[in-house]
Amino acid sequence: MRQVLGMCRGAVAVLAAGWILLMSGAPRAQAQESPYIVTYDHYLEEPGSLEVEYYSTFGTQRGGNDFHAYWTEFEYGATAWWTTEVYLDGQTTFGDSTIFTGFRWENRFRLLAREHFINPVLYVEYEQTSGADKILKEVEGHDVEADYAAPNWLARKEHDHELESKLLLSKTFKGWNVAENTIATKNMTGGIPWEFGYAIGASRPLGLKASAKRCSLCVENFILGAEMYGGLGDRYSFGLPNTSHYLAAVAAWNLPSDWTLRLSPGFGLNDNSHRFLLRWGVSREFSGFGAAVGRWLGGRR
Amino acid sequence: MRAGKLACIVAFAVLICGLGQAQGPMPAKGASVHDRSIYEELTKAPKKAARRINPLQRDPEAVAAGAKLFDLHCAECHGELAEGGKKAPSLRAPEVQQAAPGTLFWLLTNGVVRRGMPVWSKLPEPQRWQLVSYIKSLTPAENPAQSQP
Repeated sequence: MRQVLGMCRGAVAVLAAGWILLMSGAPRAQAQESPYIVTYDHYLEEPGSLEVEYYSTFGTQRGGNDFHAYWTEFEYGATAWWTTEVYLDGQTTFGDSTIFTGFRWENRFRLLAREHFINPVLYVEYEQTSGADKILKEVEGHDVEADYAAPNWLARKEHDHELESKLLLSKTFKGWNVAENTIATKNMTGGIPWEFGYAIGASRPLGLKASAKRCSLCVENFILGAEMYGGLGDRYSFGLPNTSHYLAAVAAWNLPSDWTLRLSPGFGLNDNSHRFLLRWGVSREFSGFGAAVGRWLGGRR
Repeated sequence: MRAGKLACIVAFAVLICGLGQAQGPMPAKGASVHDRSIYEELTKAPKKAARRINPLQRDPEAVAAGAKLFDLHCAECHGELAEGGKKAPSLRAPEVQQAAPGTLFWLLTNGVVRRGMPVWSKLPEPQRWQLVSYIKSLTPAENPAQSQP
């Protein structure tokens, strides 16, 4: 019982950490945020800025209870070529329980100084999660819907320490962004082989020119697109058999008041996939965060 | 569990290093003196890029829209009046004001990643041209000293 209460507190902490920061004041710095939830483009966080993001995923589950998984991201632009990010994950399985499911620490490194026809970014992530993690931030290997049907008390007994790498390729042309991510993951807890996955996305703002007045409903503030992601098997059984795949519409609304809202209804493309995933997110950018903390730590003024 | 603790320690160390980087020795250099090397990147624009003409130069709303975009994306580092700040140089400096619109567009698109300026190709092309229109509309600093904060 004490353990369950502890886990609940962890989940509440995930939500609270995000919301407290999201609601606090900060200087204006609206970014043109991407609408993708799974796919990454090649744009990094502006140097010195902290972006706090909260996301939810509602998923249907055959052979088990539907779930609501959520995570908070703290994304920091260390330099113009390096972004580092910490995630805290949690989930509620309806008719079961609410639990904290782990953390992730990711780093993205821009490989080329200037823009090119295709722009590569190297992504490296360490994650320590339980088997009850359901945020589906990426799909890899032979991840299938049935993996998520176990009750929380059983699923959280599994502990995963994963090293995940991605090659992010992206290009923006005439307002369109096209991004492709190749995923390779190694679970360090046992003899699990390297697993592979992919994510692709395309998006475009509704308007390419900015209007002269500050406005919330201007067309250039809305970005629409689609993303598709799924597993590609593992080292010993590479390919599509026994893998799950999803197709999702994505939309972002960049508000001039520093907020970005995202919505993404997604659908499973085969019998191994959850039938429906509804994702939404809210984020806010805190510019000058690094300089403020640096001053606080006694750095140069 | 040990791996987790180790990851936490490394993450914390990296975050602290990152915060140090964010104060960045490079951008601060631009604010302390009128250092021409800050503007050297402008000379690296390919001729073809520099020759590009601003398609919005006759758009009556381009400067106002560019001003809005500047406030949203650029003022944090370059200062509200583009006079330069601790993190980025003045855009009223002669080097910038005498640069061709195509050169400024090229610089916005590619950023100066090693010196802390991100790439801005995430803004659609018309918005980058609107920013160029605004920057070119600024009153140039009469001498380098005036381009400092």
